Amino acid sequence: MNINFTLFSQAAAFAIFIWFTVKFVWPPLMRAIEDRQKTIADGLAAGERGKHELELASHRSADALKEAKQRAADIIAQAEKRASQIIEEAKGTAKDESDRILVGAKAEVEQEVFRAKETLRQHVADLAVAGAAKILRREVDAKTHADLLTSIKAEL
Amino acid sequence: MASGAELTPTSYMTHHLTNMTSSVGEGAFWTLHVDTLVMSLLLGILSFGFLWSVVRGATSGVPGKRQAFVELAVEFIDDQVKSTFHGDRHAFVAPAALTVFVWVLMMNAMDLLPIDIMALLYELLGLHNWRSVPTTDINATFALALSVWLLMIFFNIKVKGLGGWIHELVCTPFGKNPLLWPVNLLFNLVEYVSKPLSHSLRLYGNIYAGEIIFLLIGMWAATGLAGTVFGTMLGAGWAIFHILIITLQAFIFMMLTVVYLSMAHESH
Repeated sequence: MNINFTLFSQAAAFAIFIWFTVKFVWPPLMRAIEDRQKTIADGLAAGERGKHELELASHRSADALKEAKQRAADIIAQAEKRASQIIEEAKGTAKDESDRILVGAKAEVEQEVFRAKETLRQHVADLAVAGAAKILRREVDAKTHADLLTSIKAEL
Repeated sequence: MASGAELTPTSYMTHHLTNMTSSVGEGAFWTLHVDTLVMSLLLGILSFGFLWSVVRGATSGVPGKRQAFVELAVEFIDDQVKSTFHGDRHAFVAPAALTVFVWVLMMNAMDLLPIDIMALLYELLGLHNWRSVPTTDINATFALALSVWLLMIFFNIKVKGLGGWIHELVCTPFGKNPLLWPVNLLFNLVEYVSKPLSHSLRLYGNIYAGEIIFLLIGMWAATGLAGTVFGTMLGAGWAIFHILIITLQAFIFMMLTVVYLSMAHESH
């Protein structure tokens, strides 16, 4: 336990080693560590940002999907409405058409009836005239009484 | 043993606890413990050379195994310093703490070398008295503690100014009252004297005692078969336990260094 000159030599060595560490060992390693920490922090931040963006995008896509579904439903509803409208219209048109045809048919039938009646009357008139002519063969001259006969025919 | 013809426990112990000296001047003070200086320098150059070689190629990308190991040690020190020292620790305190820890740890670790085999090797190199463990030399530990003490005073003056430091010496811890000045000064003087003493003697005592235990076990191992068997077992057990002691003492020495330097930076 004797203190001697070794003390100073040892202290000098200590000073040199401290200087060396302060100057050459500590700063480059700290720089490397801090750079890496920054890289990792940036990476984590980017990851977080990506996650956030993914969340936003999924929100947006869900919204878009919802909107598209809504629109599709609207379109279907509109189409159904339009289809029933068309059917109604067609029904209306068909009814009108059928009414029209019915009216036309009735008119034709009436016309036919009228014509048949006319023909019948003609025939009856002819028969009557023929009968009267048979009766009046002698007195009635077809030529001279043509006017009269025609008027009778018309009255029948 | 290689030391001489007649081997007594005393001569064995003395042989292992005698430094190789070299006189650099007149008087007992001007002697140099060559073994202490050479071993410590060698270990310092090896460790800091290793650190430097790793750090020179340090990458901020994925680190290699060696860089990861160095970073582990450095970040461990950095964390310890961060929790104690509040200031720009990268400028001086943290690298100084790294120096202290690595160097003291390496010097302590020499205690794990088998003493008698090492003595034989040194004998072959022509070195009769050669102690492997620099920290069993009070000069080495006291040099470290004294350097820290001087740094402490340097930072006291640098941070607080000479006036601020003297003010702190006189006015703390009891108060500003002039009646208390002598008491404060006495208190601070005792603190300033006890700091380097306890700092250096704690390390020295622990490692020196550890070496003595190894020597005692070694002596027992020389007494016969039973001594050899139990000496081996005890030696192995003590060496394993000593791994804890050398690391712990290096850590304590480093922490005290950081604490003293932090106290020097803080005003009361």
